[in-house]
Formats: sequence, structure tokens, C-alpha cells
Amino acid sequence: MSTAMHKENEAGSPQVHGHHDTGGHDEQEPHGSFKGYMTGFILSVVLTAIPFWLVMGDVLPSKQATVLIIMALAFVQILVHMIYFLHMNTSSEGGWNMLALIFTAVLVVITLSGSLWVMYHMNENMMPMDAHEMRQAP
Amino acid sequence: MSSLATTLSPEERNSFYLREDHHPENATLLGFWLYLMSDCLLFAVLFAAYGVLGGSYAAGPGPKDLFDLPLVAVNTSMLLLSSITYGFAMLEMARKRQTATLVWLGITGLFGIAFIALELYEFHHLIHEGAGPQRSAFLSAFFTLVGTHGLHVTFGIVWLVVLMAQVHRRGLTVPNMRRLACLSLFWHFLDVVWIGVFTFVYLMGVLR
Repeated sequence: MSTAMHKENEAGSPQVHGHHDTGGHDEQEPHGSFKGYMTGFILSVVLTAIPFWLVMGDVLPSKQATVLIIMALAFVQILVHMIYFLHMNTSSEGGWNMLALIFTAVLVVITLSGSLWVMYHMNENMMPMDAHEMRQAP
Repeated sequence: MSSLATTLSPEERNSFYLREDHHPENATLLGFWLYLMSDCLLFAVLFAAYGVLGGSYAAGPGPKDLFDLPLVAVNTSMLLLSSITYGFAMLEMARKRQTATLVWLGITGLFGIAFIALELYEFHHLIHEGAGPQRSAFLSAFFTLVGTHGLHVTFGIVWLVVLMAQVHRRGLTVPNMRRLACLSLFWHFLDVVWIGVFTFVYLMGVLR
């Protein structure tokens, strides 16, 4: 049965075989649409403008709140880029794209949070050093 | 099965056997995606290093003294604009309009060059002020992270120019379209990394 299916695939002449093989699946390849790209672009502009405005204009009295908000906006903007520019979805490549992305995201979170957590506590337990001593340090 | 084979003409029977590897159509894009994910881990490590060392000024200048946020905002918009123009190039490519694709790719390249030029200006300015990578752990981590991203963009521009030449010479062939799709992933991925850079390095640095 599989040979019969191959026969169908190879219907074209040998020269155009490559074209036929890939060209036939072109419609499934995600190229996005004008509307999709524009939506992503406008959302990105807004999601970039807000954090810059918050920081440059010193809008919020609390630094902690500003940090949390700009981190949340960055996260949302990364999602916007993933969806509208990188055309991520759960079905492309039979889900392997998404699986690799999730695996990478897990590793990134472990790397970042682990490093920051461990090194922060190590710094806390170091002997304090003032600016003058630091200047003399090798 | 054998009855099917005997009904075929000799020529058809020849084409019965695969003479080349039968690639799954999008294997290149999946492989390139896996490369991007490994690149993502590279940046994660550099971000972690910056996160750990970002406060070690060695009594030198800190982010507040050094970072010029309006410049970073212009830089960010250059990269964002290059992302959308690359998207337009991909749309024209899907419509098989070669000249329009080349024009949009060219505009993308110009935005990319503007981004790199601004970044080099910033680096030059910092080094000129004595805030080079050897000044403090903070600046080492900063130059490594932002410099690695800039290097990626530079190679992206080189790749873009090569692909423009290829499309110009050979047209929008299937291999060229596949290459353009890979570069599209690369280019948008660099924009995603830049979101992390301007948020964690520049904006949160100034807030520190």
C-alpha cells in the first residue's frame, strides 16, 4: 500500500519532483496574513511603549510595581511575537515545535531562577565589602 | 501489490522506487526551530549571568549613569519595524512577487543595519567614557549579552544579503523560499530576545 502512495507522490517528472513534493504542501505552511502581522505589530508597539513610558516618565511611585508590570508586559509581548510573527501553534510539525518550545521554556526558567536564587543567597552570606576596598581588589 | 506493479509502464515502474531520500516536507524548518531553541538556551545562560552580576559595579558606573533610554527606545523600534517588514516580505513571497519580496527584504536589512549602527554607537560611547567591558562584572555581563545579540543580528543581515542575491539570481524557487522561511524564524526570534534585553537589562537596570 505504501508503494502505491509513493507512486502518487512521484506523479511529476523527475526534474520537478522536488518542487512537486514541497510545493504541494505550501498552503499548509504558515506564512501568516497581513492582518495577523499588523495585529502583532500594533500589539507589540503598545506593549513596548507602555514599559518605556512607565520607566522614563517615572509614572508609578513604587519601583516594585513598575518592575512587576514591565515583566508582565514583556511576557505578553513574547507571546504576541510567538503567535503573530513566529506562527506558533500546537499543530505545526505535528506538535514537535511546541514540544521543543515547552522543553526550552522549562530549561530557561530553571536556569534563570536557579542562578538568581543560588547566587543571591551566596552574595548575602559573603563578607561585606565597601567601595574603597572594592577599588583595591585585584 | 504485484498486480499494481505489472500494470505500470517501464518508465512508471522506474519511478516506483525512491531514488532520493524522502524528506518530510518541513524537516528543515523543524530542525532550524530546534537550533533556535538551543540558541535560546545560550541567551538564557547569558541572561542568568547578567542577572547575577548586574549589580556588581566594582565601584564603577551603574546602569542609571550609563543607559540612554531614548536611544534604546529608537533601537527597539528599529528592530520591531524590521520584524514587520520581514513579515511583509514573507507575504509577498507567498504571492510569488519577486521584486516586492526583494524590496521588503532590502528595507528589513536597512532597519537591521540601523539597529547595529545605533548599538555600535552606544558601545563606542560607553567604552569612550571608560565603561568598557573590563570595568566591572556588570559591564562584562552587559557587553557579553547585548554584544551576542548584536552579533546574531549582524549575521542575520549577512544571511539576508546572501538570500537577496540568491533570490535575485534564481528567483523564488522552493529552496529559496525555504531559506527565507528559516531566516524569518531567525529574525523574529532575535526580536523576541531583544524584548528580554530591553526589559531586563535597560529598563530594570535604570529602575535598580
